[in-house]
Formats: sequence, structure tokens, C-alpha cells
Amino acid sequence: MIFDLAFIWAGLIAFAVLVYVVLDGFDLGVGILFPFARSEKERDVMMNTVAPVWDGNETWLILGGGGLFAVFPLAYAVVMPALYIPIILMLLALVFRGVAFEYRWRTQRWKGFWSVAFFGGSVVAAFTQGIALGALVQGIEFEGRAYSGGWFDWLTPFSVFTGIALIVGYALLGATWINLKTAGALQAWNRDAAKPLALITLVMIGLVSALTPFQDAVYFERWLSFPGSLWTAIVPILVAVIAYKLFTGLRDGFDLQPFLMANAIFVVCFIGIGISFYPHIVPPGMTIQEAAAPNSSLLFTLVGAGILVPIILIYTGYAYWVFRGKIDENSGYH
Amino acid sequence: MFEAFSAETLARVQFAFTVSFHIIFPAFSIGLASYLAVLNGLWLWKRNPVYKNLFNYWKKIFAVAFGMGVVSGIVMSYQFGTNWSVFSDRTGPILGPLMAYEVLSAFFLEAGFLGIMLFGREKVGEKLHMFATAMVAFGTLMSATWILSVNSWMHTPDGFLISENGQFLPLDWWDIVFNPSFPYRLTHMVLAAYLTTAFVVGAVGALHLLRRRTDPEARKMFSMAMWMAVIVTPLQIFAGHEHGLNTLEHQPVKIMAMEGHYESHPDGWTPLYLFGIPNDAEQRLDYAVGIPGLGNLIFEHPLDYPTEGLDTVPDEDQPPVFIVFWSFRVMVGLGFLMLGVGAWSAWTRWRGTFYEAIWLHRASVVMGPSGFVAVLAGWITTEVGRQPYTVYGLLRTSDSLSPVDAPAVGASLMAFIVVYFFVFGAGTFYLLRLMSQRVNQTSPDITDGPIRTAGITPAPQLKPDTLAPGE
Repeated sequence: MIFDLAFIWAGLIAFAVLVYVVLDGFDLGVGILFPFARSEKERDVMMNTVAPVWDGNETWLILGGGGLFAVFPLAYAVVMPALYIPIILMLLALVFRGVAFEYRWRTQRWKGFWSVAFFGGSVVAAFTQGIALGALVQGIEFEGRAYSGGWFDWLTPFSVFTGIALIVGYALLGATWINLKTAGALQAWNRDAAKPLALITLVMIGLVSALTPFQDAVYFERWLSFPGSLWTAIVPILVAVIAYKLFTGLRDGFDLQPFLMANAIFVVCFIGIGISFYPHIVPPGMTIQEAAAPNSSLLFTLVGAGILVPIILIYTGYAYWVFRGKIDENSGYH
Repeated sequence: MFEAFSAETLARVQFAFTVSFHIIFPAFSIGLASYLAVLNGLWLWKRNPVYKNLFNYWKKIFAVAFGMGVVSGIVMSYQFGTNWSVFSDRTGPILGPLMAYEVLSAFFLEAGFLGIMLFGREKVGEKLHMFATAMVAFGTLMSATWILSVNSWMHTPDGFLISENGQFLPLDWWDIVFNPSFPYRLTHMVLAAYLTTAFVVGAVGALHLLRRRTDPEARKMFSMAMWMAVIVTPLQIFAGHEHGLNTLEHQPVKIMAMEGHYESHPDGWTPLYLFGIPNDAEQRLDYAVGIPGLGNLIFEHPLDYPTEGLDTVPDEDQPPVFIVFWSFRVMVGLGFLMLGVGAWSAWTRWRGTFYEAIWLHRASVVMGPSGFVAVLAGWITTEVGRQPYTVYGLLRTSDSLSPVDAPAVGASLMAFIVVYFFVFGAGTFYLLRLMSQRVNQTSPDITDGPIRTAGITPAPQLKPDTLAPGE
């Protein structure tokens, strides 16, 4: 039976991670673009576009990690030690970045320092997340119920490349977000920046996609063998269509379309990763079924998730609705 | 560099360090979120601007503390996997769902409504803003509920069975969530959070009263805080006592360590030790000063009821007594100091000198951090008292560790120490500076922003005409 509880949960965890990527992606992207702003005032406005929502965005990361612990404890216990160093670095980066939202307004002398912390934290968080993804695609060794690889297995040219790709991708999300939320010179600057960022992102997606089938025979089989490739070919075609809409949206000066299209690229790529991974949760050797907690745990948690996730989506949507539209440059309580 | 330490020692130090930092912020934000909801409610009800001013003042402090709590909490949620992956694999089927419920029912609620509470009053209107504020407060309480269920289960595990591969599997979720120590632990912690916040608010109120006795906001917050101290401290001492009885029933070894009872008392008349230096090597309490029989009375036994000591427990199953014995005394001592301040405030209120009692105000300023210290001491008592187990009696700490090497844990520990002291040191500095500012800044151009870049904002000059009695 494919549609059992573990399968549903794998979908829900994947959904949580995807929501995290598209939501925290743009606010990390705002941080990545921070040093390129041309004035402190612009940086203030950029930060205020995400101040009311960043905390909610980041909570999806806790749901991704906590959900893995709850329903796939074996995967959690194997992946965390395997990615020990990147995860510690990501956590420290998120510490710096998270406090910068408040600290930056509480000091004049150290304002520049907390701007750098916001930027550095965003870049390192994006980079380590990309590395984690790359390392996962490459596969994680384990024996029995524990990680059995080395300390630096995660560090390869491929994972470094996926790390850089995610920095650029998040920057694209950030630029299209600022394009959506601001007006005037700041908007124009970000709209201009979004074009090369989109181009580099697409090139990097192309390279990662070209390299991925060679990381594991299963991926190769899935993507490049006939007739399955007739189906998987939909993925690159979709990316091409979305990319076209992204560029025309930027060219025609639309607010929302570029942001939605940039996010759509992430969604499609994420589905692509899912196609590669299934039915594994930790490639190459651990399937969704093997990692799953007992059914009583899955069911107990599913009842709550089934009720609460829709409610969360509703009030999260409401919070975004409250702060909709172009930002008032003098808003905030600082 | 870290060869002298085992990976287990370093992982324990790392967990103790990061969780100790973390717990300070929820202890404060649980109480402060409720306080903000009360202030906002009173503003809507009575339309006295003092309440709104206080709300706007404390919400900024809340935002800084909450931010620190969030980032230090994310670290905690991943540390189970990085340093304690065997523990995660074994307990995941039971503790994972509880933590997932915490994320779903608490973290999202807090985070989702926080933005509206902080920035949204004008955008959504008073009623929805009040709703958002209440949801943030409710979220912090839900968070406490779930995480204390997790923690309590590690102390008094119930409702499970153990599979062939060593995993704890859920048998009865009701028994798991409402495990035997959970109601006591939750009550004790939430009251501790309220008291912690009350003494911080009281200290800030007292500080401003010392500077300007007629300041209406300072009067209001000092008065509210002292009412909390008067009412909640006795409740907390009672709750702590009940929690102790529960611990005696389920974790008697912890009680032996807390009380310094190395020796059994087969004839009863167990002493209550006021002072002593626990000596694990010799298994005795050096320089012990105790009151015979009081130990039996505290635990509601007859005087001749026989009690057992650590001499009935193998060495390898004993917690480190020194830490547990003294952290317990620090917590209890601070509790009685709080009771004293509360009683003192009630006395001055009755005498009508509440707002003029300079020594009470000075004492309240000194007592500002007392809640944090008491909370930390209480956590050290209960968590170190659980050793050498992570799941009491069932899973040893030494069997919970990830397959990690000491240098990796040591290096990440160093990184956490450096970053935490820097980041949270700066945060504490900003918090203290916010608290040092007067609540109602009348000048529109220096509303809330920092007035100077370093140092404490100087006290405003007292003008003679503002010192008229009775405001």
C-alpha cells in the first residue's frame, strides 16, 4: 500500500520544507542583498518589509526538523550527525541574523555591525542549507541505526556548488520580494538586480540538474531512461515556461508576477528533487517506510497536523494580508 | 585540545549551556506575554492611557527577549539530533510527536500573531489587535505545556513499551502526555515564569519610582508587580512543595540528593539539613547542620517513619549530589526572599507608604534578576537530579550520545559559548537600556529610539513642580 501514513507524512514534511524554502527564502534573500543597498534608509526599508513575517517563516524550519524527529526519527538520527558542521554553522548564522531584526534598531554605533550580521547570517544560512541539500542528494552512509560516514563527507565540489546556487536563488527571491513590496528607486534597483540573478539561478539549476543523475544510478535511471523521461521531461519544460514569465514580468514592470514566478521555479525544482529521492528519505539506502516511527506515533501526530496546519495556513495568510501592499517607509515601531 | 574530555562530557556541557541560556527567555516571555495581554485588555476596558503606554513600552522589551528566545530555541530543536542522535532514535516515536504539537499549536501561533501585536494596532483595529495579543500569550502557555510534557516524560516515563531495537513505542498517549510529574512541573514552571516577570517589572517600576516618585506608569507597574509577588509567591511555594512530594514518590533518589541524605534513617527522625558540603567520594555530608525530625515532617511522614538514603543506591546510579543539593537551596532561598519582598510591599501598602518606601524600591531593584536565578537553579536541581539517565531509570545519558568525536563537540561548544556571550550579552545590554528609559516619553522626536549610543540613559531631571504629593 503506497498511501499509508508514512507516505502521507513524507508528503507533509516535504510540504513543510518547501513552505520554509519559499517563505524564509525571500527574507534570507533580503539579507543577502543587504550590502548592495545604496543607503542606510534603503536597508531600513528592506528590513521592515520582512520584520512582521520573518519569525513565522522561520518556524517552518522548526517544523521540518521537529517533524522529522517526530515521524522519521531514524532519518533524523542519521542525517543530523552526518551534517553536523553545516547544521551548527546554520544555527549560529540564524542566531546572528534573527537578533539583528531587533538589535539593529537599538544602537547607532553598532548599527553597521548588526547590518553585517544580518547579511552574513543570511548568506551562511543559505549556503549551509544548500550544502545540506547537495550532501543529501549525494547520499549519506549509515550502518545499523547510526551514521557511519566521516566528518567532512558533506564537503564536496557538488555540495559547495549547490550551496552557492541556493545563495543566488534566495537572492532572486529577495529581489522579487522587494520589487513587490517597495516603490521608486529601491524597487527599480531590485527589478534590475533580479534579471541577472534569475539568469545565474537558471544556469546553476541547469548545471545541478545535469550533475544530479551522475550522483547515483537510481537518479540516472529515473531521469534519463525511456519512457520514464517522457514524464520527467515535464520538469525542465515547466522551468522554461516559468522562466519566460519571470523575465517578461520583470520587463513589463509587474509587481507580483516576478515574485510568484521566482517561487514557482523553486517549487518545480523541489518537485524534481522529490522525483529523484522517492521512495527514499535518506538516499541512497533508507526508505520512507524504514525510517518511519510506529503507526500510533504517525496517527497521533497526523490528527493534530490535519487540524492545525490548515488553521496555521489561514492565520499566516491573514498576517500577510494585514501587511499587504507597498510598505510605508515610516512604518515599524522602532 | 579536547582530548582531556569525553565526547559525552562535552555534549552534556553543550546541552547544559545552550538550554540554560535558552530557558531564561521563555521564562521571561511567558510571563511578559500574559502581562501584555492584561495591559492591553485594561487599556481597552478602562481607556486609561497609562495602560497603553505600558503596553507599548513592554512590547519592545518583549520583542527583543522573544527574538533571543526564538533563535536559542532553534538551536535546541536541532541539538537533539546533532549530539544526542541515539536518544533521538530511541525516544523519537514518543517525544517527537509532542514536540511537533508544540510547533504546530504554539510556535506558529506566537510567530503568526507576533507581527500583528507589534506592528498592527493601526492596521487591524483594537479588537483584532487584542485578539492577536491574547493569541501570543496563549501560544507561550501552549509551548510551555508541550515542552514540559516532554521534559516530565523524561523524568517519569509512562504509557510506553520498548521494542526489540530499543525504541520507546507509544502505548497510551493520554498516559504519555499526562505523565505523573507533568501537572506539578507545568504549574511550578508557569508560576515561576509569572514570578520572574513580576520581579523584572517590579524592578523597572521601582527604578523609575526612585528617579521620579510621581511617574504614573512607574507607579502602576510597580503596584501590579507587587500584587503578583504577594499572591503568586505563596502559591508557588505550595506548588513547589507538592512537586517535591511527587518527586519523592517517583524519583526518590533525586530527593535524597536534594536533601543531602547519604544515610538512611531506619528509625525515622530524618533531619532537614540547612547546611552541609556534600562529599560524594566519602558518601557523607560534611559540616552538616540539620534539624532532626523536620525532614520527616516536610514529606508529611510521621516522625518515626523510616527513610532511605543514598547508601541504598549503587554509586553508578547516583546523581552528582553537590550540584543538586546547592542549586535546590539557591532556588528555595530566593523563593523565601521573594515572599519577604511581597510581604513587605503588602505591609507598606497597608501603611499607605507604598510609593514612598525607598528601601522597598531599592530592594525590588536588587531582586529584579532573582526570578531568572531561581528558575535556573530549579532547572539544575531537577535535570542534574535526573542523572545518570536521560529517560529516568531506562536510558542512560552515556547510551544516548551521537557517534560524534570530542573535538567536534568541543569545537561547536566553543563556538556556541563565544557567539552566545556576544549575542546575548549585547541583547541584555539593549534590554537594560530599554528598561532604563522612562515609559512615557513626551518629546515626539525621541520617542523610543536610543538616546545615546552607549551607557545608561541618564535619569530625567526632577522638576520641583512635578514632586507634588499625590501626583
